[in-house]
Amino acid sequence: MADTHAHSVRFVRDTMLPEQEPPGAERGVVKWMRENLFSTIPNGILTLLALYCIWWMLSSVMPWFLNGIWDAPSIRACREILEGQLGGCFAVLTERWNQLLFGFQYPSEQYWRPTVAFVLLFIAIAPVLFRKVFPAQMLVFTAVYPFLAYWLIWGGSILVPIFAAAGIVAGYLTYSRLVAQSFAMGFFGGILAALVFWFVVGFIPTEGIVALEPVASRNMGGFMLNLILGTVCVSLSIPFGIALALGRRSDMPIIKAICVIFIEFVRGVPLITLLFVANVVLAYFLPPGSNFDLILRVIIMITMFASAYIAEVIRGGLAALPKGQYEAADSLGLDYAQAMRLIILPQALKISIPGIVNVAVGLFKDTTLVSIISMFDLVGMIRGPILASTDWNGVYWELLGFAALLFFVVCFGISKYSQWLERELATDHR
Amino acid sequence: MKKTVFLGALTVAGLAAGAASAQTLSDVQERGTLNCGVTTGLVGFAAPDANGEWDGFDVAVCRAVAAAVLQDPTAVEFVPTTGKTRFTALASGEIDMLARNTTWTFTRDVDLKFEFVGVNYYDGQGFMVPKALGVSSATELAGATVCIQTGTTTELNLADYFRRNNMEYTPVPIETNAEAQQQYLAGACDVYTTDASGLAATRAAFENPGDHVVLPEIISKEPLGPLVRHGDNEWGDVVRWTLNALIAAEEYGITSTNIEEMATNGSPEVKRILGTEDELGSKLGLDAEWARRAIAAGGNYGELFARHIGESTPIGLSRGLNAQWTDGGLLYAPPFR
Repeated sequence: MADTHAHSVRFVRDTMLPEQEPPGAERGVVKWMRENLFSTIPNGILTLLALYCIWWMLSSVMPWFLNGIWDAPSIRACREILEGQLGGCFAVLTERWNQLLFGFQYPSEQYWRPTVAFVLLFIAIAPVLFRKVFPAQMLVFTAVYPFLAYWLIWGGSILVPIFAAAGIVAGYLTYSRLVAQSFAMGFFGGILAALVFWFVVGFIPTEGIVALEPVASRNMGGFMLNLILGTVCVSLSIPFGIALALGRRSDMPIIKAICVIFIEFVRGVPLITLLFVANVVLAYFLPPGSNFDLILRVIIMITMFASAYIAEVIRGGLAALPKGQYEAADSLGLDYAQAMRLIILPQALKISIPGIVNVAVGLFKDTTLVSIISMFDLVGMIRGPILASTDWNGVYWELLGFAALLFFVVCFGISKYSQWLERELATDHR
Repeated sequence: MKKTVFLGALTVAGLAAGAASAQTLSDVQERGTLNCGVTTGLVGFAAPDANGEWDGFDVAVCRAVAAAVLQDPTAVEFVPTTGKTRFTALASGEIDMLARNTTWTFTRDVDLKFEFVGVNYYDGQGFMVPKALGVSSATELAGATVCIQTGTTTELNLADYFRRNNMEYTPVPIETNAEAQQQYLAGACDVYTTDASGLAATRAAFENPGDHVVLPEIISKEPLGPLVRHGDNEWGDVVRWTLNALIAAEEYGITSTNIEEMATNGSPEVKRILGTEDELGSKLGLDAEWARRAIAAGGNYGELFARHIGESTPIGLSRGLNAQWTDGGLLYAPPFR
């Protein structure tokens, strides 16, 4: 161009041409769709197929959902209102929501107590989960929380959890006083001190002092029970799991043998068997009238089960550490506890996070197994009382969908947190 | 060594549990509540309502016993049990009686060491078909496809029944009742067979229950009744005669509404039941008006049946075998004298 017209036309552009928009096919939504949805013919076909599937699913689910009846006394009333049209009977959720969340035996005027405990749970775990965001002083509340939550949910005199906490403090003080002489002495001295303390305060009458209306364990139920079991068992099984994992790698033959036998035995038995033992077999051995709390029995069993699995996950993390890390710790002159606390465990636990979260999510869902030993957790409430009532017999999708939703929210939250934590702790070479 | 001591202690505790159970009546009265085992939920027979109050046909037996023994039909601690935990709960003393649609069989009575005190519902395997099929009797089911829960006695009963009547059938194996509902409604089978009470409850959950009929034939025996532990006959008598009082009350026309009038104007047998004549209650270790309270708690057998599972309820069971012997049923309370 420059060659042909250079002599005839004297023209030099002295301003920039305004920027032109890219052609229609190369910008905006169209470009994105061309690149991502229809880049090749097979991809285009797949896109259309996927769109059809989505449309097909929505067109069958949405009328069911949008037509849903939220206010009716029974499934028959629902059907009368619907007059043969497609629609869900969500009235069961509005009528029985309290039973789904709290079980059918928790006194309804006390629902605020588990609710407050649930809200406080977030305050209590926040400083543990997000160490950098929240001040360390909040950990004091975390330490107080288990006792507070127990008092809120089970009720009774506030002195009971206070004494329980004071016993632990007494044990710890004794331990710190004696540990200078020898660890074993401090350890057993501490346990002894706590037991003596509890034995002594057992004589103090606690009846009615700053008391909430007591609620028996067998009256717990609904999603509350799943959350209690899940939270308590996960938080207990991680320290136990760490101890077991270290024990299994220990050089001391007896400790190693105990840990190996425990882990292999518990892992070799289905959880449901352990639950049956907790519920059925123990009742034969306990004298009649002595009611060893059922929830406590179940918590012990699930914790045993989960700690065996977590121990193996953490052992994997320990094994993944290069030998140099152990040797480096030794060469610094650290003793065993220091080496573990400062060098080995922080790295091993970081490697183990996905595995631990995996176990935790699985464990949380496994808490629904307690419905088989006639405890009314969320699934137990649905399968038992609600589907067996003359009013709601036959409502399956709405109830089980609701249960799935609750579990999904919790499990997805846990999973998202663990991904964030992995990124947060990523200090290795990327 | 330590372990043997521990196990020994456990055994002793277990034996103590067995020995202590020989005085259930005084235990219950001392405790002030009756621990009654029920199902975790069975339509019409036992289920908590929206307020968490247990209600149902089996539950009514518990309430009647509590009314007789403790003067208060609400003094019951309901212990929900599953099919797997019910017998251990009773054997270990966790519950005083079990009223949980449990079939009275030889092994349960003799080998598991329980005492069935009577029958409160005569169940049996039945058939349900769509009305459109135009079948009115099970003998017309030749060549039908049948939905059947696998691994249950119903499967064997079905095979026997069809062989006996020289009929062919095609079984459609299913796993649970919920699955059966779906398969049957989808037309995967012509007939669904399970216990008659279960059929009725399943049918009640259908969108158009009127389009399906339960055939009159019952092909197996499933006598369901409350049970207690072996070895405490006094307590067994209390439960047995409370149940009998409910059944006899219907036979003699004692209802929850006319009970006071019957107590003064009834026949001698009625007066004996209601405690205005004789001292039957004291022989049981109870007061004279025990049966009056048991009947007043929820009504006589017929009233309970009608309220929880009868034809006016969505479940709509007819009395059938569960009618009084005077009406051609099997209910037959021994005389009160």
